[in-house]
Formats: sequence, C-alpha cells, structure tokens
Amino acid sequence: MSVLSLRDLRVTYRTSSGDVPAVRGVDLDIPKGQVLGLAGESGCGKSTIAAAILRLLPRRTSVEGQVLLNGEDVLAMPPRKLRAVRWAGASIIFQGAMHALNPVKRVGDQIAEAVETHGLSRDREAHVRAGDLLEEVGLPLRRSNDYPHELSGGQRQRVMIAMALACGPDLVIADEPTTALDVMVQAQVLALLKRLQREFGLAMLFITHDLSVLGEVSDRLAVMYAGKIVEEGPAQSVFLDPQHPYTRALAAAFPAIGDRRFRKHPSGLGGDPPDPQRIPPGCPFHPRCPDAFEACPSTVPWLFEAGADRRAACLLVEGALAEATEGAK
Amino acid sequence: MGTRQYVIRKIVQAVITLVAILVFNFFLFRVWSPGDPVTFLTRGQGAQISLEERAELISEYGLDKPVFGQFVEYMEDTATGKLGASSFYQGEAVTSIFWRFLPPTLLLVGISTAISMVVGIWMGIRSGWRRGSSFDRFSMFFSLILYSMPEFWLGMLLLLLFSTALGWFPVGGRVSTSVSSMGTLEYITDVAEHLFLPVLTLALGYLGEFYLLMRSSLLDVLGEDYITTARAKGLLERNVLNRHAVRNALLPTVTLIALSFGYVIGGAITVEVVFSYQGLGLLTYTAIVSKDYWLLQGLFLFFSVAVIGFNLVSDLVYAYLDPRVREA
Amino acid sequence: MQTPPLHVGAEPPFGPTLEDEEPSPPPGSPRQITWARRRAAVRRFWVAFRNDNMGVAGLTILVFFICVTIYAVFADKTGLSITEATGPRLTPPSLEYPFGTDDQGRSVLTLTLHGSKISLLVGLSATVITMVIGSAVGLIAGFRGGWLDQLLMRITDWGLVIPWLMLAISLASIFGQSLFMIILVIGLTTWPSTARLVRSQTLSVKERPYVERARALGASNWHLVTRHVLPNVMPVIMANTVLIVAIAILSETALSFLGLGDPLSKSWGSILERASNGGAATQGAWWWLGAPGLCIVLVVLAFTMIGFALDQIINPRLRER
Repeated sequence: MSVLSLRDLRVTYRTSSGDVPAVRGVDLDIPKGQVLGLAGESGCGKSTIAAAILRLLPRRTSVEGQVLLNGEDVLAMPPRKLRAVRWAGASIIFQGAMHALNPVKRVGDQIAEAVETHGLSRDREAHVRAGDLLEEVGLPLRRSNDYPHELSGGQRQRVMIAMALACGPDLVIADEPTTALDVMVQAQVLALLKRLQREFGLAMLFITHDLSVLGEVSDRLAVMYAGKIVEEGPAQSVFLDPQHPYTRALAAAFPAIGDRRFRKHPSGLGGDPPDPQRIPPGCPFHPRCPDAFEACPSTVPWLFEAGADRRAACLLVEGALAEATEGAK
Repeated sequence: MGTRQYVIRKIVQAVITLVAILVFNFFLFRVWSPGDPVTFLTRGQGAQISLEERAELISEYGLDKPVFGQFVEYMEDTATGKLGASSFYQGEAVTSIFWRFLPPTLLLVGISTAISMVVGIWMGIRSGWRRGSSFDRFSMFFSLILYSMPEFWLGMLLLLLFSTALGWFPVGGRVSTSVSSMGTLEYITDVAEHLFLPVLTLALGYLGEFYLLMRSSLLDVLGEDYITTARAKGLLERNVLNRHAVRNALLPTVTLIALSFGYVIGGAITVEVVFSYQGLGLLTYTAIVSKDYWLLQGLFLFFSVAVIGFNLVSDLVYAYLDPRVREA
Repeated sequence: MQTPPLHVGAEPPFGPTLEDEEPSPPPGSPRQITWARRRAAVRRFWVAFRNDNMGVAGLTILVFFICVTIYAVFADKTGLSITEATGPRLTPPSLEYPFGTDDQGRSVLTLTLHGSKISLLVGLSATVITMVIGSAVGLIAGFRGGWLDQLLMRITDWGLVIPWLMLAISLASIFGQSLFMIILVIGLTTWPSTARLVRSQTLSVKERPYVERARALGASNWHLVTRHVLPNVMPVIMANTVLIVAIAILSETALSFLGLGDPLSKSWGSILERASNGGAATQGAWWWLGAPGLCIVLVVLAFTMIGFALDQIINPRLRER
C-alpha cells in the first residue's frame, strides 16, 4: 500500500475575482521509501498540492477528491484525527525557513513544541529530543537556544528538516526546500535530505521547479502544468528522454555542464504559464508548444502510456491521437 | 550583550528628548511669548499677588536676568522641582498644585486605559481571527463610530442620559461636597460614583483605537508562514492563535499604543472638563481660561515627561518581547 | 504517424493572461505610455474602490456634507447673531425649529448648518499643512538617509512625543486665538506621524530594482524622486491624507471646545463649547449637543471609512483573499 495516494485531487481557490482552479485532477502514488519529484513552473499548482495534503489551505478553498495517507482519506478526517496526522503522519519542509519559523521563539522550543503536541514526550525530554534532531541534521546542540534570525539560511533550513522529522512521519513533503539557498548550501542540504530519507526509509514528495535537482534526488518524477500532471515516470528516464514537450523545455532550461545534449545554448521557453482562470482549450500547453499541431487546441489529452512505466499527456505520444479521438466519440 | 546596549541607547534617547523638551518649553514660555517674561508669567486673571510677592518670585526664579542666565536658572530650578508659581492659585508653587491634582487623573486614566486595552485587545483578536464574521462586522462598525466621536461629546451625552435624565450618577466633580463627614467605605463609594461616567467615557473613547490596532496587527501576522507551520504541526487552533499569532501581533500593538499615549492625555483633558473632575485636565483648562502661563508651562513639561517615560517603558517591554531588536 | 507539427510557436506564444484585458498601448513616446499606464491604474483603482462598501458609504456621506457646506456658503446668515434671535430658548425640536433652539433662542439647525463651513475649512487646511511638511520630511529623510535622516527623525520623534493637545493649547494660548492660528497649530502638531509613514514607504520603494536600475543608468536624484519614488509613495500619501483630515477635524473640535478656537467663527466644536458652558448636558438639551456632534461623527466617519478603504486597496495583505 502506498504511503500517499492522491485520487483525482481538485483544488479551487475562491477569490473576489472568481474561482481559481489551481489543481484540476491529479493522481499520485508514493510507496514507502520512495522519493517522488514534482516539477513545474510557479503557479502550476505544486505548492497547492503540498498544502492540500494536510488541509492547510484557506477555509474557503474547495478541495475535492481523495488524499489517502496510509490508506486513510485525510480530507474526510474529523479535526482531532487530522491534528494527530499532521506532522506525525506527514510533515512539511517549507521554502524560505526565515518566514516559516516563528521569529520570537527559540528554535529548540519550536521543535519541542511539535514533539509535545503529539504527546511523544514532555518538557525536558522533548527538548532533549529536539537537541538530538539538531545534531542529526548537523547543527551543534547549543543552537537549540538560538532564535531564527541568529542562524544562516542553510542552518534555518536544517532546523526545518529537523523539525519535520520530530514526530517520525511516514511521509515528508519538501516544498522547494533548496530554492532560496546559495548553490553550495543547496548541495549540502540536498545531500542531507537524501541521507535522512534513506536512513529513515521515508516516503518523500519533493517539490521544486528545478528539474536538475530532481534528477539527483528522486526515484520517480512527475511534471505539472496548469494544474495537471503532464508527464511521469522513473526519474532518470523522464529527465534524459522526456516525452512531453514541456518537460523537454524544462530540462533544457537547466543544462548540465559537459552533457552533450546541452551543447547548444540553453533554450528558455517563451511566454508565461496560463492564468488558471483562463486555461487554453484543448491541451493547455498548446500556445507555447513548439510541436503543436492542428489537433492540439481542440483535443484535451490525458496521461497516455508512453513507454515502460511512463506516461505523458501529449497527443504526439505514439498512439495517443488515435486513443484521444476514439475517446471523444 | 545586545540587550544592555539597547536599554542604554533607549535611555539616552529619552534623556536627549527630555532635554529638547525642556529647552523648547523654556523658549516657548519665556522667550517667544509676547511681552516680557515677568509680566507674562505673573499676571494671569484672578491673580491677587501683592507687589512684594511678585518681587520675591522674580528674584527667586531669576525672571529679570538675561536670556542665558534665565535658562541656566530654569534648568537648575526644574531639576530641583521648582516649576514656578501659579498666578491663579495665589502664588502657590506649581509642584504642590500638581500633587493635589495628579492622583485623581492617575486614577481616571489608569482605570480607563486598563479597561479599554483589555477589552479592545480581546475584541481585536477575536475580530481578526474570525475575520468577516458577524462579530467582526459589528465590532468594526461599533469601533469606527467610537473612533470618530470626540470623547467629550460622548461624555456629555452620557452625562445627559445617566445623570440628568436617569439620575443614576452625580453630575460632576470628583467627590461630593460632604466628603469630609464620610466613613472610608462611603468615601470609596462616593469616589467610584463620580468616577463611573468619566471612566466609561474614556474607556469607550480609547476602545476603538486599541481594537483597530490589534485587529490589523493580527491580520498582518495571520498572513505569515509560521502560522501555517504551526497549524501543520498539528496544534489546536486556539494554540496556534495564542502561542503564535497573538504573541507576535502584540509587538506592533505595544509600539502603537505607546505612540497614542499623547492622544490619551488629550482625551483625559477634555473629559475632565466635561465632568468637572478635579484632575490635571481640569487644571489645564483653568490655566487656559485664567491665562496662568506658569502653571501651563509646568503642565506642558509634566505631560511631555509622562509621555517620554511611558514610551521608554514600552520600548523596554518591547525589547523583552521581541528578541530581534536586542541584536541591532 | 502524425502529421508534421505546425509551428504554432512562431508568433509570440503568450497564453491568454491579464495583460490582454487592456488594449495594448499605442506606440508613443515614453511619456505617453506612462500616462496611458497611469490612466489604466486609476481606472483599476476606481473599480476596486467601487467594490468596497465601506469606501462607498463614506464617499456618499462626504458628498452629502460637501453639498451641505456649499449650500451653507450661500445661505442666509441672520439666524446666527444673538441679538436677532427670535426663538424661544432651549426648546426641543419642533416643526418650526427642526433641531431645537439654543440658550439664546437661535435655531440649532442654522448654527449647525453654518458650522460646517468652518469645521471643514480648518480640517482641510490643516491637512494641507500636515501633508506638505510630513511628506517632505518623510521623503527627504527616507531618500537621503545618513545624518539628514537621523536629524529629521530626531525632530519627528520629538514631535511625536509631545502630547499634541498640550502643545496646541500652549501655542494657541500664547500666540492668540484666530482661525489661522488653529489651522497652523493643528498642522504643526500632526505632521510627525505622516513623516514617519512616508519615510518608511520611501525606504521600501528605494530598495526596489527599478530605482537601482535608474540610478545605475545615471539618473539624477531629482529624477529618481519625482519619476520613480514619488509616484510609488503617492498612494500611501493619499490614503494617509484622508485619515489626517479626520484627525484634523477632531482636533479642531477639541480645541474649540476648550475655548481656543476663533471666538468669531462658529465651528461645530464652538457650538459644543457653548452648549457645554450653557449647561446643555445638565439641563437635558440633547438637541443642542446632538446635532453638531452627530455631524462631526458623520464627517469624521466618512473620511475614516474612505481612508480605510484606500488602505485596503493599497495594502494587499489586508484584502480578503
């Protein structure tokens, strides 16, 4: 059984200017011990998914579908069960730890708070555990008494990681954990995450817009565009042989030095991601797609089989067009 | 340590501001005032100071010296607590007048601000937390109206309703005239009766401001990421609110409350006038009406010092609450 | 086999975004483009404001009072003088005297009507002084920084510390009472809070990339301030202006109540002063207190509501998400 299973997840924000469908039907599975990378540009809905899993979205947001954590639907949980599951079932490492940590509380206290809330231990014991966790992520024990502003960006992110592990969750959601960091620190934090994930056998949902990072850290890769998954499969094969034009563009935007494929200069992708309230008809990517053809603006693709254990939502995939036109009848 | 530096810096700043006020006070009442300081300060309507007394005052306070000499004398005098002589009160020392009128004002302002702070902050938190609820809408509406009202007008209306019309409370003053013949309990009741309407007026008047401040601080804080983190950790909603949101939202509120202390004083002055409540506010009014400038000068100094002191205290409290300022 | 892909990607592949809503600006000089953009911004702002109930309510009340004031400018003034007062003293509202009469037999309605002129005049004039001084100090301090900033901030803090009523009382007492003095005094005691606000906004605008870019391109300070900083500080200044008017009117009311207003002019505050001295509260003359007071509350409320609405539009975090 998967640790995390998303079934047709749909998230719609309600704003003063109307409904904004940020996630439009996403299916995901993460078995125990596996890292699933979720990539895409800003605004494609990936952070929304992270928040949706633990029901952290604003009250008026509509969340439909199923979020199965170890088989239980989080969306249907009563408040008490939800609070128990939060952090102990799944935890989140947020981007930009400067703002995700309370500036007026000591770092050790904030970690201990997670421990105490879930009744794992109290007071001194909780602080001891907090200290242990800090050492686990490579921070000296005395840092426990520091305030967030006394730590560097990398150190703060380590604190967030330590905090995320505090209650022994089955799933850790890492939402752009390295984006706000310098490259050198990025590498360190990534290495740390990899080690911890392997050591504790964690299932991980690693969200980022940087495809090259995912290539390194994930077992499987899923690419999102305009609220839907457009490609997914084993990380290396998706990265090296993308089937969806969007994935190809993303991969091309983050070249690896020395890789022959990137000898020509990195090509960016023109245009902007579509406004969720004005998604293009047919394939949402078609206005920006270098390979778009006549069928694209009028046919909505879904995830077609595109090779061994791979799927891509593009009409150019072998057999896709036929399947799509048949489905339309 | 950062804290000690911060405290010292704040105290030094307070002292500098204090000196600036002293200098300004001097110039305003002695140098820039029309005519010569002697006449200016010792006339005043209703003054019945004899020529001898007048001469005494002049020599005691050095009013006939040249500007610089006067200034030095003024600084010395102020440091030793000699703030001048009131012409309205027949030459009585300003400081001694203060001691008489200060306690009632302390009582009035103290109780009113305490009540309005507690209620206003509580309402502000509830409103911000349940933004858009009927409580929020009603409180906003209510507070906006209170905020737009001159406090003394509210006072007059309350006086009219509860005193003149309903007769529940006395019409004014601090205590009844028969106060000397009362026992302690009776005396306390009497004081309380006289305090009730003024306190109600001021408390309602300040309530709006504190409510609006707290509400908007809380709304700002609720948008921060660490609130989401707290929730994600599985905390009960009320713990998210109390341990994280309120704790942080109180910081700017403390600062803003300190800044509005000047308005608190303004409100107290006008309300004391409405209720003829014998405190420093009514004293100020008397000084205005009788053109008792020496008394006014002393009051100006006193109120300014009070605000400086209050700001200093709140700066220190803020440092205790927010570890970030202790560094810089 | 699929058909060969059409290069739909040839033309600018912009997805339909919000930019498409506005017609693309006619190619013109940079100045024309700026003004076109500004007009669009104003239009957007007005739409946002229209949707804010509080703002609209405030604006409605304000418009009403402006009309009243304009009427008052041309209305008959005979009801104001004591000697010509013909009505019975201290009578409650009736058909003949809809707001009742004061202790001299004058119609409270007439008094209130004419009071609007002075109250608004003082409020608006004092606001002008406050905004000019406050904005100038704030902009200069925020933009120049360094010792000038320190010095100006010392002065501003000092101005904030002095209880405004005490300062106003002292100044008015010493230098005499007149309309001009009241306006000046209110203006001089209110600018510090504006200066602080403008300074912090200036500081945040100064850090923005386009300012840095402009400076790198060699823009002069004057250019930077007028073309880049000021337009972005303007919204905050405008929201603040409206709120300052509210404060100024309340200040004038308090000063008049304490007898420091111009003895010749009759603002709403002066009416209240007369009412207080004439024993309105102790004699139950609620109409004498009620009418001018209610007008003050409504006008101040109107400005405050508009100010809050503006603040919400400018500061997105306060907006409902």
